[in-house]
Amino acid sequence: MSPLRSSPPGDELVSESFCASCIHQLGSTLPHVETDAELLGLLQSGDEQAFVMLVNRYQMPLLRLACSMVSDRSIAEEAVQDTWMGIVRGIDRFEGRSSLKTWLFHILVNRVRSARTIEQQRRLPQQPSVDPECFTPSGQWSEPVESWDDELADRLDAMAIMPVLGRALEGLPARQREIVLLRDVEGLSSQEACDVLGLRPGNQRILLHRGRANLREALVTEMKKA
Amino acid sequence: MLSLRNRDLVCQQAIELLTDYLEGGLSRRQRLRLERHLRACPNCSNYLEQIRITVKLTGAIAREELAPDAVDDLTQLYRRWRDET
Repeated sequence: MSPLRSSPPGDELVSESFCASCIHQLGSTLPHVETDAELLGLLQSGDEQAFVMLVNRYQMPLLRLACSMVSDRSIAEEAVQDTWMGIVRGIDRFEGRSSLKTWLFHILVNRVRSARTIEQQRRLPQQPSVDPECFTPSGQWSEPVESWDDELADRLDAMAIMPVLGRALEGLPARQREIVLLRDVEGLSSQEACDVLGLRPGNQRILLHRGRANLREALVTEMKKA
Repeated sequence: MLSLRNRDLVCQQAIELLTDYLEGGLSRRQRLRLERHLRACPNCSNYLEQIRITVKLTGAIAREELAPDAVDDLTQLYRRWRDET
């Protein structure tokens, strides 16, 4: 059993009560480190502040990805915790063949998959990404597709659209959500995302295609309300 | 499923190729066919632009900040590991 798992009740890894000012104070005491490569060097030399910075940088992205993969938050939190255990134990052996970020996500995905039934990799069926009702029988758009050039600025408060998009992301099917998170939120390359999730490139593109189309659909729906 | 063997793409076929297009996953022949369709079809061009804007907005989703308790717990974990080695 890991030391953290024996923590008393109420000492959860991720507290629901969040004190923003504490974070800012903590952040201000940390040395300024620009890149993960610099952070890695400090971490391998045993620098505790580097570990704290790594946690600040990646705990929430890791938890967000874990939560996208399993419905039970406690399983997700446990997988993230196990990931940090894997990091501290394996940091000296990390050879930098992938980026630190990719390595972190890769460990996490393995931990999450160990904690749930592993789905067999299978070829994904081709499905339309846009409702076939939007097209005429000959495959043309049945109604014009609007230009968004000025739409977002004129009809939507950019700040108001983000919660809509956030909810739409949360509502995506799990595998679409995972890939959109890694590609479009976390900024991984397609190859890195394939490595992290163990996907074939073609399946990665299919999932990304559907995920983005669903998010676009959510924005279109919101625009119609505005 | 609509066939892709026809010379010209229709909209419903074209939009299913857009992610492969953005990812550089199309053959040269497929890419040229799609680009020809996009030049001639304002609806599909607008759809592509909408997807690009969606991707950009998704990248701007605010990152949640980390609870201080979590930092403390994990720092304790790190110290225990360091003391053990």
